[in-house]
Amino acid sequence: MSKKHSSDGAGHAEHPKWMQHHFDTPSQQFASSKMGMWLFLATEVLLFAGLFCAYTVYRANHMDMFVFGHQFLDVKWGAINTCVLLFSSLTAAWSVRAAQLGQKGLMIALLFITLLCGGAFMAIKYVEYSHKIHDGLLWGTKYKPAGHAAEVIHGEEAHAAGELGGAHGRVDEGHTEAEQVAGIEAAHGEGAAEAPAAGGDALATDGAQAAGAQAAAPAAQGEGVELPADVLAIDVAERSTTLPAAIGPRGLVPVAEEGHDDGHGAGHHWEGPIPDNVHIFFGIYFGMTGLHGIHVLIGMIILGWLIYRALKNDFSPEYFTPVDLGVLYWHLVDLIWIFLFPLLYLIG
Amino acid sequence: MSHGHDSEQVGHIVPLWLLFGVFFALIILTALTVWTATQIDLGAFNIWLALVIAGVKATLVALFFMHLIWDKPYNGLVLAFSFMFVILFLGISLMDTAENMPDMYEGPAPAVATE
Repeated sequence: MSKKHSSDGAGHAEHPKWMQHHFDTPSQQFASSKMGMWLFLATEVLLFAGLFCAYTVYRANHMDMFVFGHQFLDVKWGAINTCVLLFSSLTAAWSVRAAQLGQKGLMIALLFITLLCGGAFMAIKYVEYSHKIHDGLLWGTKYKPAGHAAEVIHGEEAHAAGELGGAHGRVDEGHTEAEQVAGIEAAHGEGAAEAPAAGGDALATDGAQAAGAQAAAPAAQGEGVELPADVLAIDVAERSTTLPAAIGPRGLVPVAEEGHDDGHGAGHHWEGPIPDNVHIFFGIYFGMTGLHGIHVLIGMIILGWLIYRALKNDFSPEYFTPVDLGVLYWHLVDLIWIFLFPLLYLIG
Repeated sequence: MSHGHDSEQVGHIVPLWLLFGVFFALIILTALTVWTATQIDLGAFNIWLALVIAGVKATLVALFFMHLIWDKPYNGLVLAFSFMFVILFLGISLMDTAENMPDMYEGPAPAVATE
């Protein structure tokens, strides 16, 4: 039963330091470690199952909320991130092969590429999260659509029913009046956000500056969006005290125009009433991708540790268990993303 | 490998062509799922198609990248059972949410006699 553990034909008393003496063979030790890892991975699947359950129940009950919310996610970034993770899985699986064949340099290089892919994934996630934070597309009470998102949401809402102070009216809480007016002005024209914002400030701080603001307003409207005549009839100085469309008189926010895309991912405009409680979709989005992102970060730490151990010559074709188990963890992170991507980004 | 037949091979060595083949299959399936989701309208069936493609991708990763096809079946069973429990979890939650009847009694609540 006692097989040789290493090439120098060491006997039972003199086994390699990585070999636990209660195991007969390296293979047996390896299989036992792997089984333990798989049991842990099962608990990881169940951990994510809680979030998938929240997703499923909310989607089953409020499909419109999901269809509406998902238009703010960028399929392009999601697909690129999927490919990045799949490629990192290839290099990770290859690094195990290299470890088994004793190709130390190749193994370290492949682990390093895997680590870099994890970094790339997180960098892309950072870009995506930044857009969401900038547009106020967050969870719960932090859901305050601004910028492009506000244009899609409020532009239509003003038309839909003149809903006042509904779920989307929340955008206005905690903002000064000057900011609100600036927000309206910003919504008038793509890319003209800065100049009108300055105009809005002037309005609030000094009534005498109203003339300057009046000069800024036509510039903002020059993007092909026409304000209704009754809105234009309102004196600009008076507009500074007018609440935004969500809670004020409708008509201040222009109709969203067809066919422009500023690269935020939402190329089309929503037709029909805005569903309530869209913030729940973003809560689920951030919950699921956030927990997954934490797993990517942990996986990167593990990969870094594996590279460190490999550089110390800790691994050999007989003993590479940490590489194999760390890579299994990395594959599981990939596995979960394989489900997250279509479920979050590709809602029909 | 260099130790001859008296040194047993730990784990299965996956050939490179297989690793790359699986990788390219995964990329093609990713493109397929984006295409079906954005170009093809199957109504309520779209989600099931997306889940089937994701399931095939997950199976490829688990079998070949995670070595399950060469492992003892126990490890695969652990994964299969965890997925089974996820499906149970979601299925029973969905059954519950489908039973929710907020308007079971129409109209205002019946008057209750008070003292």
